[in-house]
Amino acid sequence: MPADLRTRIGHLDLPSPIVTASGCAGTGRELAQFTDVARIGAVTTKSVTLEPRAGNPAPRLAETPSGMLSSAGLQGPGIDGFLQRDLPWLLSRGARAVVSVAGHTAREYGELASRLSDAAGVTAIEVNLGCPDAAAAGRPFALDAAAAGQVIAAVRGSARYDIPVFAKLSPEVTDIVAVARSCVSAGADGLSMINTLPGMAIDPVTMRPALAGLTGGLSGPAIRPVAVRCVWLVREALPDVPIIGAGGVRTGRDALELLLAGAALIAVGTVLFHDPSACSRIQRELEEELGARGVDRVSDIVGRAHEPAGYGAERHSWV
Amino acid sequence: MAQSDREGGVAPVQVRGTVLTVRRVDAYVAMTVVAPAIATRFRPGQFIAIAVGGPQSAMLGRRMFSVHDVRPDHGGTVEFVFAPREPGTQWLADCRSRDVLDVVGPLGRPFPVPREPASCLLLGVGTSAAPLFSLAARLADRSCPTDFLLGAESADRVFGALTARRTGRSAVITTNDGSLGSRGSVVDMLPTVVQQARTDVIYASAPLGVLRAVCALADRYAIPVQALVTEPTMTCGTGLCMGCVLPSVGNDGITRMVRACVDGPVFRGDAVRWDDVGTIPFDALGAPGWKPRPGAPASVAAPTAPSTPDGPPAHGSAGERSNAG
Repeated sequence: MPADLRTRIGHLDLPSPIVTASGCAGTGRELAQFTDVARIGAVTTKSVTLEPRAGNPAPRLAETPSGMLSSAGLQGPGIDGFLQRDLPWLLSRGARAVVSVAGHTAREYGELASRLSDAAGVTAIEVNLGCPDAAAAGRPFALDAAAAGQVIAAVRGSARYDIPVFAKLSPEVTDIVAVARSCVSAGADGLSMINTLPGMAIDPVTMRPALAGLTGGLSGPAIRPVAVRCVWLVREALPDVPIIGAGGVRTGRDALELLLAGAALIAVGTVLFHDPSACSRIQRELEEELGARGVDRVSDIVGRAHEPAGYGAERHSWV
Repeated sequence: MAQSDREGGVAPVQVRGTVLTVRRVDAYVAMTVVAPAIATRFRPGQFIAIAVGGPQSAMLGRRMFSVHDVRPDHGGTVEFVFAPREPGTQWLADCRSRDVLDVVGPLGRPFPVPREPASCLLLGVGTSAAPLFSLAARLADRSCPTDFLLGAESADRVFGALTARRTGRSAVITTNDGSLGSRGSVVDMLPTVVQQARTDVIYASAPLGVLRAVCALADRYAIPVQALVTEPTMTCGTGLCMGCVLPSVGNDGITRMVRACVDGPVFRGDAVRWDDVGTIPFDALGAPGWKPRPGAPASVAAPTAPSTPDGPPAHGSAGERSNAG
């Protein structure tokens, strides 16, 4: 019998723990050609900004071993275009929309949250803390626990009470638990990790940096072990806070690894560029992996790796 | 699934296609893959995206190939041509008959063809010329006379010279080293060919620099161009990654950063700001410092696809649209 993938976080009921990662599913329309967006857990949108943004010049992406360097620069229609066209489309397809928001000041984030709260149908807000902080000379919010906390407080303060707020954390910090704690005490209902790692590639043909933006964010299977460690550390410190695990998930087995480390939801990102039907496939594979281990409900194995060795197996035979 | 997303057209599919043949054609590799679902949906100008390196590949980007031709044998096959230059295409060139590939297609906006018979010039450089031959067949169906202007660095890199001579009303070949046809580039020969053939419309498939020069020349002669771009490099081919953007002027006069994979790869020559490719023009929608015009309608703030407000541009209407516009 296939395992039950239904996942509950707070008052959110999702049919599956598999969601898309921000910036990797287009507007949802591109993905819908290959995956039924209503059957995956949720579609996380590209980060929405207040104003339309043209993004960075091309080349924006560079392939690296088992990874991808990217600096797209948050190209998007801005909140007006998003609310007019993209969100209604997602809802019309029966998809749940986790809306990622990005800004340069805590105030911008707050304004975005209140605009989203006025619109019907937002499942959750994910706060992209990877944007440069205008008040800290362009240092990303996620690198500073206090700055991250201020943004989360602004979003939580403006968002409707029944819309959960997730903070997206960067692995590029000495102590990710400190940033996680700061976000949770500022009101985050959950945490999402990890964002990309900074990296750079140089094209041997042109002998110039491979990206127009010079450096970019590294994603893909290459960073999965980094994600597992971050999820593990935060789960260890804050066992009651739901985590969206992301970082190079490519197969059902990879999803299982992050679930065991403590993630309740799994975001599939860069792998969608390689396999646009990856979400449905990973969902199917996860069902099989769980079934093969005799697990009935996916929620039973979230954070299982934190239990003492042998405990899980013993308890299972006892059940 | 979700076919209605491409109004009037058909959605691409992801299939496992079996390699039928791999053969060397001069400096290139020509590969035929059995993929009926793609072959039946295909329109000239569209491309396919192939995953390279196997299921656990370390190469996450797909490789894009313009479809050279589709044939009805084995239920439907797709042929494409490439020069193995980097590890991904090298891996593909090493595939053998009966190997199975993960193929997505057909992708992108096809070449629009004229409603009335018109004199068409088909201009291609190297393997970029591959998509022009299925287009020539489609133009022939519409009684359009076709002339070819093909170029490359050397004789072994001119693709399809024989077919061009056989099927075209005329065929002019140029090579940089003069080993075949006249010495020089296609751009040098363009004025002569255009005048001799009394060209009404140019279909061009070439590297960016050539397209820029062709569009500048065509503008002088007031000939519309349909240009197929292969740069900036595409990573996913499906519009997800936002990697292959170039500045394009919409019908409303506003410059937007559009994706070559879903809004192209075929663009109207006068829509692309060729000199600004690889940059964000200061007046592009959403460029740094950009502000919405006071009192502008809400739709001005709406982004992306210039031709249709919802989803990728319509295939059906694009295919039937006259080039004259």
